[in-house]
Amino acid sequence: MSLRLDDLRILRDGAPMVSLDLTVAAGEVLTIMGPSGCGKSTLLAAIVGALPPAFTLSGRIWLDGRDVTHLPTHRRQMGLLFQDDILFPHLSVAGNLGFGLSRDTPDRAARIEDALGKAGLGGMGTRDPATLSGGQRARVALMRTLLSAPRALLLDEPFSKLDAALRDQMRAFTFEQAKGLPTILVTHDQDDAKAAQGPILTVTGAPAA
Amino acid sequence: MIRAAPGLVVALMALPVAAGLAGVVLPAFGYFPALGGTAFALAPWRALLDWPGIGASVRLSLVTGLAATILSLAITLLIVAAWQGTRSFRVVTSLLAPLLSLPHAAAAFGLAFLIAPSGWFARAISPWATGWQRPPDLLIVNDPSGLALIAGLVMKEVPFLLLMTLAALGQADSARRMAVARSLGYGRVTGWVKTVLPAVYTQIRLPVFAVLAYSMSVVDVALILGPTRPPTLAVQVLDWMTAPDLSLRFMASAGALLQLLLVLAALGAWLLAERLIAARGRIWAAGGGRGQALDAPLRIASALPMALIGLGVGAGLAGLALWSVAGLWRFPDLLPQSFGWRVWADQSAQLWRLAGTSAGLAAASALIALGLTIGYLQAGASRLLGIIYLPLLVPQIAFLPGLSAFALWLGLDGSWGAVLAVHLVFVLPYVALSLSDPWRAWDARAGLTAASLGAGPWRVLLTVRLPMLLRALFIAFAVGFATSIAQYLPTLLIGAGRVGTVTTEAVALAASGNRRLIGVWAVVQMALPMLVFALALAAPALVARRRSGLKVT
Repeated sequence: MSLRLDDLRILRDGAPMVSLDLTVAAGEVLTIMGPSGCGKSTLLAAIVGALPPAFTLSGRIWLDGRDVTHLPTHRRQMGLLFQDDILFPHLSVAGNLGFGLSRDTPDRAARIEDALGKAGLGGMGTRDPATLSGGQRARVALMRTLLSAPRALLLDEPFSKLDAALRDQMRAFTFEQAKGLPTILVTHDQDDAKAAQGPILTVTGAPAA
Repeated sequence: MIRAAPGLVVALMALPVAAGLAGVVLPAFGYFPALGGTAFALAPWRALLDWPGIGASVRLSLVTGLAATILSLAITLLIVAAWQGTRSFRVVTSLLAPLLSLPHAAAAFGLAFLIAPSGWFARAISPWATGWQRPPDLLIVNDPSGLALIAGLVMKEVPFLLLMTLAALGQADSARRMAVARSLGYGRVTGWVKTVLPAVYTQIRLPVFAVLAYSMSVVDVALILGPTRPPTLAVQVLDWMTAPDLSLRFMASAGALLQLLLVLAALGAWLLAERLIAARGRIWAAGGGRGQALDAPLRIASALPMALIGLGVGAGLAGLALWSVAGLWRFPDLLPQSFGWRVWADQSAQLWRLAGTSAGLAAASALIALGLTIGYLQAGASRLLGIIYLPLLVPQIAFLPGLSAFALWLGLDGSWGAVLAVHLVFVLPYVALSLSDPWRAWDARAGLTAASLGAGPWRVLLTVRLPMLLRALFIAFAVGFATSIAQYLPTLLIGAGRVGTVTTEAVALAASGNRRLIGVWAVVQMALPMLVFALALAAPALVARRRSGLKVT
């Protein structure tokens, strides 16, 4: 499995913003760093297929040898996590996990229970997500994404809202669970970048200091 | 289907208004073949101008409409400026929804029962203060200068403008503007008027215009509270329109067109006044006056109309309910001597039938409007188009008679479907106004997250967005339902007397003076939308009782 950005360029009102030409291998975590407003989140929006109309995109995005540049978001099979967990408030914890799991998966209930166990939330499937702690919610969001069987993982500052102790835990948990997926992590936190143990670049492909 | 929604909404707003206006303009200039008018002529205008009451009618429409609008706007802005951010303000705003759901006619009847010479006010101060043993011979309701009409309009328009202002406050960055102004030493009201008002006013302009157009041309409230000889122009036009003498239709059409011109002229004058006030206001704002001493007196000055509106509506409705079950009730007794359900029992068959028709029309039009609005918003319209205000800015009396002529010509008048369609023209704008803010405020990342989990656009809409907006959807439905229940003129003219609702029945009783009968029908008229509002507020809470995260939307 690999995620390839083939001469990917994003222009904002005609001005170049992002330009990347690289491949993220399975199990590799590419970290994109830079100040806010540099285009980090826009890059993820482009990869996932939700680029706002003010931007234009050129180049290609390949996922596992398939050109996904023009596919709608829901058919790209790319998992996306934000700094907020974005759990659906109208569904239970198990309902949120079930939302990510494909409908024709055999043993749905067992898969969901298994995911709950991995997240340290065994037996809490019927809970209202609003009653969970921040760390628990973040773990549910990650497991929900992984249950959707993504072929790549995109992380948009996913640890920045957690407090320091929780952040280390969540980092380790995320990279452990996401093992084997090509992953792009967008952050402005040096510690995130170090923990990712992969290349660290800016949005224009230069090595970040 | 989704892609067709915006076009459908625009057509639904524009076509009936355009067709209706055409159906008024042609007869106004003598052309109406079915009635023998085959050539264009100015005779209808001559007849209109020769009618002895024309000057007084026009003056009444202008004065009551402008006075009601200026008063409503001033009271609204003063309330927000003096009280925004306080606990009392939150209490008042939480009472707005039920106030808004109250039909104009029911509120007007309540006020009429309260201030009439034999009403509760007179009873409360008689005979100890006034010496009245019998109701005094005073023309308080239907007074020739239209004061009761103005009061009735203000009572209903202040809640509407308040709600619109509240929605605008969030987008005007009001909290931070106020914080800056306050830290510079400005008084609450002066600071608000100088920093927040300019941003808020641009947002509530269209609702203000709608209030002006409505107040100048309202029919049902004017029938209940307005002057009678002569009445306001809109009432007189309706009188001619529905007269057995069909030749009056030509003059009626000219009158309807005159009503439209009056509203346009008033809007033009309003626009001019806006510019003058804005220019003068900029100089005033830059002048640096802090106005700290104004806060205390203005708070009291704004609390008074607030209390009067609350009292007027509350006591008015209580009075209606009491009259509906009153037996013998002598002046100046505060309460009836006996109670009974006789009038309710007498009317029950008719009540059930018309309440059924009303509720059916209201539920159907609100549901269709909700579907169209969702389609319209889902199609990506980031802002509501101004055209949504068209049916609210063109006076009903100016285009509904023409529309009813079209319906007659098509053989559709008096059918349930035609009445439903015309209700939709007025229900849709309010449903769209109600839903568009929560729709936009929804966190789009939830949709993106769902899509990245493999959910297509329909699944995102049906299983994520709509459930998350459940509360807003219920409220928008209730707003639409209440709007439909309150429609008088569209039901009367398009229903052609064959589709009756609780509103047409209640307003028709206005001239009868039978308080017990009016009480019964007005109570039903207000109970229907209030019931639906209560359900709309309770149902999502019940559905989401185990999902506390849902309360935010």
